[in-house]
Amino acid sequence: MAIVSLREAINQAIDEEMARDERVFLMGEEVANYQGAYKVSQGLLQKWGPRRIIDTPIAEAGFAGVGVGAAMVGLRPIIEFMTWNFSLVAYDQIVNNAAKMLSMSGGNFHVPIVFRGPGGAAHGLGATHSQALESVYAHFPGLKVVMPSNCKDAKGLLKTSIRDDNPIVFIESEVMYGDKGEIPDGEYTIPLGVGEIKKEGNDLTIVSWSKTLAHVVLKAVDVLQQELNVSIEVIDPRTIKPMDYDLIVESVKKTNRLVIVEEGWPFAGVGAQISHEVTSRAFDSLDAPVERVTQEDVPLPYAHNLETLSLPNLDKIRTAVKKVLYID
Amino acid sequence: MKSTAAVAPKQNHSRLPGLSRETLLSWYDDMLLVRRFEEKCAQLYGMGKIMGFCHLYNGQEAVSTGAIKGALNPNDYVITAYRDHGQAISKGVDPKAILAELLGKYTGTTRGKGGSMHIFDRATNFLGGHAIIGGHIPLASGVGFAIKYRGEKKVCLCFMGDGATNIGAFHEALNLAGLWKLPVIFIIENNKYAMGTAVERSSAVQDLHKKAIAYNISSEVVNGMDVLEIYQKVKAAADRARATYEPTLLEIETYRFRGHSMSDPVHGVYRSKDEVESRKQSDPIILLGETLKEEGMITDQYFDEAEKRIKKIVEECVEFAENSPDPPVDELWKDVYFEGRGE
Repeated sequence: MAIVSLREAINQAIDEEMARDERVFLMGEEVANYQGAYKVSQGLLQKWGPRRIIDTPIAEAGFAGVGVGAAMVGLRPIIEFMTWNFSLVAYDQIVNNAAKMLSMSGGNFHVPIVFRGPGGAAHGLGATHSQALESVYAHFPGLKVVMPSNCKDAKGLLKTSIRDDNPIVFIESEVMYGDKGEIPDGEYTIPLGVGEIKKEGNDLTIVSWSKTLAHVVLKAVDVLQQELNVSIEVIDPRTIKPMDYDLIVESVKKTNRLVIVEEGWPFAGVGAQISHEVTSRAFDSLDAPVERVTQEDVPLPYAHNLETLSLPNLDKIRTAVKKVLYID
Repeated sequence: MKSTAAVAPKQNHSRLPGLSRETLLSWYDDMLLVRRFEEKCAQLYGMGKIMGFCHLYNGQEAVSTGAIKGALNPNDYVITAYRDHGQAISKGVDPKAILAELLGKYTGTTRGKGGSMHIFDRATNFLGGHAIIGGHIPLASGVGFAIKYRGEKKVCLCFMGDGATNIGAFHEALNLAGLWKLPVIFIIENNKYAMGTAVERSSAVQDLHKKAIAYNISSEVVNGMDVLEIYQKVKAAADRARATYEPTLLEIETYRFRGHSMSDPVHGVYRSKDEVESRKQSDPIILLGETLKEEGMITDQYFDEAEKRIKKIVEECVEFAENSPDPPVDELWKDVYFEGRGE
């Protein structure tokens, strides 16, 4: 076991897969000379050269489309968005060209590509730079959406994503790049669509992912277990699509209560989808309606107090937990 | 063919450099096949057998024949927009499979998943058939990127209409191709109208080829009614791309003889009958036929024989398509995620 940062874990995944497969390359803004806007690609230009580590102009539609075209004819691009917020100007390339190509071409052309970069809110970046877009991309058939919450998962899931033959939306977090964690020595991968029980418990289940899980939920669970004297099970689905419903349903059958905590907005959010699936498959096991903690249904404000108020936080999770446990 | 065998082709004519009679006749046939295929599509659309949107290529045949059948190698790539039947035929995609696709049949190019606007064929490197205007142009730069990445001597032809030069993806894709020197030939088929909006009402620059200047890409204007000129210009661009990876933009001035789509009349609100009739005087198929006759390569008899031959091919397409099965129900859930081709 080695201790690395999340940015190092991602860097290792890219580096190892580039060594393994000559068709893999990394393209994006500031990935080469600058060594990555968040230093994720530190050293890769020096190791692999400008043929495979490629700086682009500020042209997301252009270079996302270049990735899709290159993937159609046999390469395996990793396209970095400096943040997922900027993917919105490449939306057509992702949801029309990447997601639909295999189906619309009747199986003629598949698109093995990874779009990756940080998503969600950081601190004080304002509404356009703070969006959790996983529910948006998970909506489209043809895409897989992957969201690691820790270093080990980030490396293992990214390696699997690069080897996958489908377009992958791989969403990291700006505020997690410095997070440290253990990763196994040597080669390992983690399958997509397989969640993990982060912590076992008996009284209720909380599902959350990415930064919200790592930075908000796990800390809240420590506080609330003591405060309310309850035992909370925590599940990290790790991939949003395909979602490991089985793991969640089995947990709910044990705990009989479910809270979903996510950074996205409530309307048609990932939590709404999980809630439907659990209600449909384990209705008789539920002792309380499923609760969701989401970002407030507003564009994220800049001011620190308003930003904190809008995002999932301890107080909101406490309220939801007490509600499903019928604690006044 | 037999009846004209006695006619000796002239050698080394400046208009027909190094082109054999066989090659030129195959181009004539290709253009005629596209024309008759599209006329059959119009008929089938009227009968309700073709659904959705359907955009016909009548009048523009010289572009696909000269640029693809003429100038490309079989392993070169073609990507295009939604007016794609002609380009697919010129690339060698089986017209039977194209017509079956239009009828929504399982034997179609995409098993009934794509329809008229989304013809794809892996075997001939025909990369679609794309219906979001301009959205496919970055893909062409990506194909060029892959060619260069692997050090291949191939090119990618990217077709688009005049309207596509006003959308952002066009400019981003050309900038990347010019910046990185990608072996892509961007072909604007300027048929003067983006649906019903004339070029002078949609583009600040009306000489569309000048847009290439912004991206340091060589460009030229080409007469879209002259298959020989199209062949020569695209061939020169392709040779250059193979040697140096340099991209090119060609503005091919053409004209569609039918409406934008099946619901758009040939003339009416945005162009006059006189304009259409006058443009039809430079029918690319008739022009090539006249040239071949003047060169002594064919006689009038060839035209009749070609018509009969092409008519038979189109009839075979219809028969094949109509007798093909609908996609099976389980096809609905296939090819959403890739699980290999069983190769």
